[in-house]
Amino acid sequence: MRVNFTVNGRPQEADDVWEGESLLYVLRERLGLPGSKNACEQGECGSCTVRLDGVPVCSCLVAAGQAEGREVVTVEGLADYARQRSWGAAPGAPLDSPSGEGTDSLTGEGAELAPIQQAFIDAGAVQCGFCTPGLLVAADEMLEHNPDPSDADIREALSGNLCRCTGYEKIMDAVRLAAARQSEGV
Amino acid sequence: MESVRPPKSPGFQGTSPVLARGGAPNGVPTKVTQGSQTKGGIGESTLRPDGTLKVTGEFAYSSDLWHEDMLWGQILRSPVAHAEIVSIDTSEALALPGVYAVMTYDDLPTDVKHYGLEIQDTPVLAHGKVRHHGEPVAIVAADHPETARRAAAKIKVDYRELPVVTDEKSATAPDAILVHENRDDHHIGHVSHPNIVHRQPIVRGDADAAAARADVIVKGEYYFGMQDQAFLGPESGLAVPEEDGGVHLYIATQWLHSDLRQIAPVLGLPEKKVRMTLAGVGGAFGGREDLSMQIHACLLALRTGKPVKIVYNRFESFFGHVHRHPARLYYEHGATRDGKLTHVRCRIVLDGGAYASASPAVVGNASSLGIGPYVVDDVEIEAIALYTNNPPCGAMRGFGAVQACFAYEAQMDKVAGELGLDPVEFRRRNAMEQGTIMPTGQPVDSPAPVAELLRRVKAMPLPPERQWESSEGADVRQLPGGLSNTTHGEGVVRGVGYAVGIKNVGFSEGFDDYSTAKVRMEVVAGQPVATVHTAMAEVGQGGVTVHAQIARTELGVTQVTIHPADTQVGSAGSTSASRQTYVTGGAVKNACELVREKVLALGRRQFGSYHPAWATAELLLEGGKVVTDGGEVLADLVDVLGDEAVEIEAEWRHRATEPFDLRTGQGNGHVQYSFAAHRAVVEVDTELGLVKVVELACAQDVGKALNPLSVVGQIQGGTTQGLGIAVMEEIIVDPVTAKVRNPSFTDYLIPTILDTPTIPVDVLELADDHAPYGLRGIGEAPTLSSTPAVLAAIRNATGLELNRTPVRPEHLTGNA
Repeated sequence: MRVNFTVNGRPQEADDVWEGESLLYVLRERLGLPGSKNACEQGECGSCTVRLDGVPVCSCLVAAGQAEGREVVTVEGLADYARQRSWGAAPGAPLDSPSGEGTDSLTGEGAELAPIQQAFIDAGAVQCGFCTPGLLVAADEMLEHNPDPSDADIREALSGNLCRCTGYEKIMDAVRLAAARQSEGV
Repeated sequence: MESVRPPKSPGFQGTSPVLARGGAPNGVPTKVTQGSQTKGGIGESTLRPDGTLKVTGEFAYSSDLWHEDMLWGQILRSPVAHAEIVSIDTSEALALPGVYAVMTYDDLPTDVKHYGLEIQDTPVLAHGKVRHHGEPVAIVAADHPETARRAAAKIKVDYRELPVVTDEKSATAPDAILVHENRDDHHIGHVSHPNIVHRQPIVRGDADAAAARADVIVKGEYYFGMQDQAFLGPESGLAVPEEDGGVHLYIATQWLHSDLRQIAPVLGLPEKKVRMTLAGVGGAFGGREDLSMQIHACLLALRTGKPVKIVYNRFESFFGHVHRHPARLYYEHGATRDGKLTHVRCRIVLDGGAYASASPAVVGNASSLGIGPYVVDDVEIEAIALYTNNPPCGAMRGFGAVQACFAYEAQMDKVAGELGLDPVEFRRRNAMEQGTIMPTGQPVDSPAPVAELLRRVKAMPLPPERQWESSEGADVRQLPGGLSNTTHGEGVVRGVGYAVGIKNVGFSEGFDDYSTAKVRMEVVAGQPVATVHTAMAEVGQGGVTVHAQIARTELGVTQVTIHPADTQVGSAGSTSASRQTYVTGGAVKNACELVREKVLALGRRQFGSYHPAWATAELLLEGGKVVTDGGEVLADLVDVLGDEAVEIEAEWRHRATEPFDLRTGQGNGHVQYSFAAHRAVVEVDTELGLVKVVELACAQDVGKALNPLSVVGQIQGGTTQGLGIAVMEEIIVDPVTAKVRNPSFTDYLIPTILDTPTIPVDVLELADDHAPYGLRGIGEAPTLSSTPAVLAAIRNATGLELNRTPVRPEHLTGNA
């Protein structure tokens, strides 16, 4: 089957999709967006978290066909999504100037990052990094509707995202840091 | 049983992914440069060079790789634990459109059909017999992963089931069925039964005489459950056939050269024709020391002539790597009234499962570290690993020392209780220190601040009582049961527990544990730049960050390029045993020093006549310049180097170790020790048996924190894995069928952010003069003492004995 949907503000078309394929598989293997991760593919780890019409979902549990006509935001589009939000534009609107220009292709340095992405780097919340994309999408979504979360709020919001490296302390630091920077308008 | 089919186009074959074409597969990590205006040398919390790629989703893990015309590999695994294979029929699988190859044992290309870390006892594909649930039997390559899965399901295997051995009693019975017949490995001569992989006794002093002096003697029997590494990035990789008949494997592993040594003979290729490049690694924790899909992907790629990618799903991952050995531990501690240990006797039985993996080395650790960081002159220790039909067990963070620490720390609390002493005070009176002699006879010749770590962790402020109370009533998220809303504080009691542990750093027992680094220095775009090339597997630990810091410190540059890890440079050894910062860090430091000497020689040749200090002073490289130790600038590195590139590749070794005597266990077997202590605060709902760990404080001596942010991150991560084995993590193996019952993240639980408490960390830095910069390997020690501290706290809260881990609700409510 053919699936048409919007990914990170751009219309996408995937052809010859088998009905059993997940949204995660189509993103990773057909659209060249492997940022959403495949740690469990059974909805337990959150590493594949994307926004589907704004709602965080495990893309491994969404059949690709269910995404037809809908808006998907992945970690690859998080920086643009956050930037548009800060400008007050409707999230998911087409992009005027894709980020990534002037980026060092070897290291990614110079890339424009969402505040939550920068906070994860600065706080030491990234080790192996496999859980990071899903955590970033989930944490960004939480800060969108709860800009001043308590620690218990953060833990509750991120309880669907497993991390095996960090013990979560630096992830807590990163979310607190992003919230603080957001409130200071940094 | 194999054939190659022309390409077919099943209905669900899609358009090609939008990824780069040709050459190296898209997304293999390319050069990572870390440069800044800051000095960024050792001791600073510089940020990860791969951080930006990892937060943007661009970092290419082994499961993200893609190659034009790529096939997908799938492994068919045994549904039973122990059986003869009567027949295998692959015809239906081969007939499925989209299938390119099906291979079994009979299709292996050479006489080398087994592999293994130490003992080559593991079949590449099962031959006539399977020995554990999930053993690989056949492999398939197809043009879509679902086609490959369906084809594997169409392979007909006729199994004739055999009895299983699953514990010491059944495995070592005189008439026990042998897991491996005709053993000829180097351990068979000193074990009492062919189902024992290895045995290590350690005898020192006279335990009988010492026991006669004891005022109290405490015995205990303990059980430690089977833990899974549960790294999040599944086993995966991409094998690309090369024009010279070789293969290039892009792989997530812990040790490229160890993989290479095991892969090449099976393929019938010289090692130089098996090129290995490290792909992005999504965690490891010991679970990637053994091979998983490496050989299978290469076999399929060479057979089909096409690139083959294999990615396990989580279910398969539980079968696709070894686990932490479950253990049964028997201890006897004696002590005098004044709180001094008289003797320790212990026996540690590790279940190695169906294949040896790292079992012999785990036995060496469990025995040599079996009594913990205490002064005991009279000891009798024995550790064994069994062959059984349970899942194979091998390396996991803490490696034999974890199981022992759980038991000896429980014993220390029991003895303290018998003596009426505070548990921390009792440990203090027996704590080892620099100069203490280990049970192996080896002196501890660097700082061993065991009492100080306990003092520090005890001195940290306690979290407030009834911490769940808020202005709006009880916050259930802070209570046992959490959002299940099972209590608002009723039936909840608090407990506090302490533990401390000792872990060896580096490979022990005489292993030639070297590493290699290639360092290059040249001028690029008007700036001096250092390039560091090693084969070290970056698995998340931050070794790449530290290498750049070392190069800056040693070579006085800000720009450091970290070359991708591959086998085009000498071995870096394994990313395990807390060893990489010590050993590959040491190799990078050493190579930098050699490069520095050559750079200074260049400088002397060109500029020596202009200033006498070139000949007389101690010279350093700092801030892009050659300076004297007095700080006087002699030349810019840019001018010294000119158009020259200075490059050195060199091996580096730490102090040699020696094997433990097979009868007495005596020998200087370890390189360095690492110590951590924990204090756990728990709250237990005694009615439902639910535990909330409120805080898990850690104090650890790290020698020298090369990157303090990363050090704390390692300690917190290790602590949390110890928490997992204390209260939730266990692979359940059916005792009758030896089949795994819970191979999923639905049924095998690892701590979530709600299960994990705050983890305050107190870092002590007492230099080990034998190690580069005085550093201590740090990754594993926090995983040891975390578990027994939590258990001690639960015992403190409930008064229960709790001799097994993990603790489940039925153990706390009396319904077990």
